[in-house]
Amino acid sequence: MNELKQVIRDYIVKEYLEEGDDRQITEDTRLITGGIVDSFSMVSLKRFLERKCNIQIPDAEATPQAFDSVTSIAQLVKKFTNP
Amino acid sequence: MAYSGRARESYQNELANLRGQGLFKKERYIHAPQGAETEVEFPAGNPPRKVINICANNYLGLSSHPEVVAAAHAGLDHRGYGMSSVRFICGTQDIHRELENKLTGFLGTEDMLLFPSCMDANAGVFEALFSEPDVMIADRLVHASIVDGIRLCKATQDTFKHSDMGHLEEKLVEHQDKRFRMVITDGAFSMDGDIAKLDAIVALAEKHDAMVFVDDSHASGFIGKTGRGTHEHCGVVGRIDIITTTLGKALGGASGGCVSGRRELVEMCRQRARPYLFSNTVAPVIVSGALKVLELISATTERRDTLEKNTLYWRKLLTDAGFDIKPGESPIVAVMLYNAKLAQDVARDLFAEGDLRCGVLLPGGS
Repeated sequence: MNELKQVIRDYIVKEYLEEGDDRQITEDTRLITGGIVDSFSMVSLKRFLERKCNIQIPDAEATPQAFDSVTSIAQLVKKFTNP
Repeated sequence: MAYSGRARESYQNELANLRGQGLFKKERYIHAPQGAETEVEFPAGNPPRKVINICANNYLGLSSHPEVVAAAHAGLDHRGYGMSSVRFICGTQDIHRELENKLTGFLGTEDMLLFPSCMDANAGVFEALFSEPDVMIADRLVHASIVDGIRLCKATQDTFKHSDMGHLEEKLVEHQDKRFRMVITDGAFSMDGDIAKLDAIVALAEKHDAMVFVDDSHASGFIGKTGRGTHEHCGVVGRIDIITTTLGKALGGASGGCVSGRRELVEMCRQRARPYLFSNTVAPVIVSGALKVLELISATTERRDTLEKNTLYWRKLLTDAGFDIKPGESPIVAVMLYNAKLAQDVARDLFAEGDLRCGVLLPGGS
């Protein structure tokens, strides 16, 4: 898992898992469809990514599909990160 | 024809998927007034059967109370059936304001505004009060109507882990740069039945200069020693800035909801809340019944006391029988089966035994 994915994963564990929830989050764990993150609370993840990576993710791109795994989130971030 | 065969097939497939996943909901036709025992036609076309009803929100048994029904009859006779107007044109009777004043007194707030439903109250309140410079911080298990209301508002949205005060404080600190902060929670959570830690929430809100919003639909009339709601239960009467609640559950069970709280916030809703502005309000017949409900529950706590005793008894029986229930004090007792289809199957089998309940499934509950 590269550094970006690790940062995303760590935030998800801290922000969304309850204390004592020992589910393992890998880069391909289903986050939205797996019931770990819901579309209502997803907004804090989007805000975290924008602040951490200094990017703006358009609402139209912040879809449940795009936020459904660490891998897809990392791809989304890369899309909006300046080369 | 705009409704093409392709569209029809697509919707048919989606409905088939819901059936296949055990998530397809069917209505049960009740052939009698709402009550602890009732007559239900289910599946549709079958003769009605007498069953025990333990899935209504008729917490105080007032939905068909003879004095409430008589008051509603009198209201129908004296004030007519409909208003044919929104409130601010010519759709407000004196009894609408009388009910608002009496409910304000009951809840211990400063003012209140009726809405066609609490769904409408929650859908309209946030957009009326907040905008881009503000933040709404909601418990992750709030009712769907609050989620919808939040999504309609342009203020920043955030959530905290269910009833996690540490996480809430982190969020309050994170958003100190915002103009206004509003902490949003259900009073009693409709699916799990637990009660929000309002004493702790209010303390955090006061520490970090935030307002507090509570949807008390599953508490008004019976939670707290005199049934005022979760704010009474938690000792914070007068310290909640907005309470929304419903007339559609304990308070007669017909329909209607309200936004109650700080005078200026309620007045802003009267000026700006779109479900209030652009739909008729509660019909006079319901207002008349609700006034009688308030009179009955203000005169004695007997009904909520009985409910409290029954709740303790029911929770103990289920626990002793080995069921996994969510702990708490609310009459909402969540029996956890951890499988949507199993919940439907259990509800079906219990109905066969003469017991009406329904498995609650996503998006209603998980």
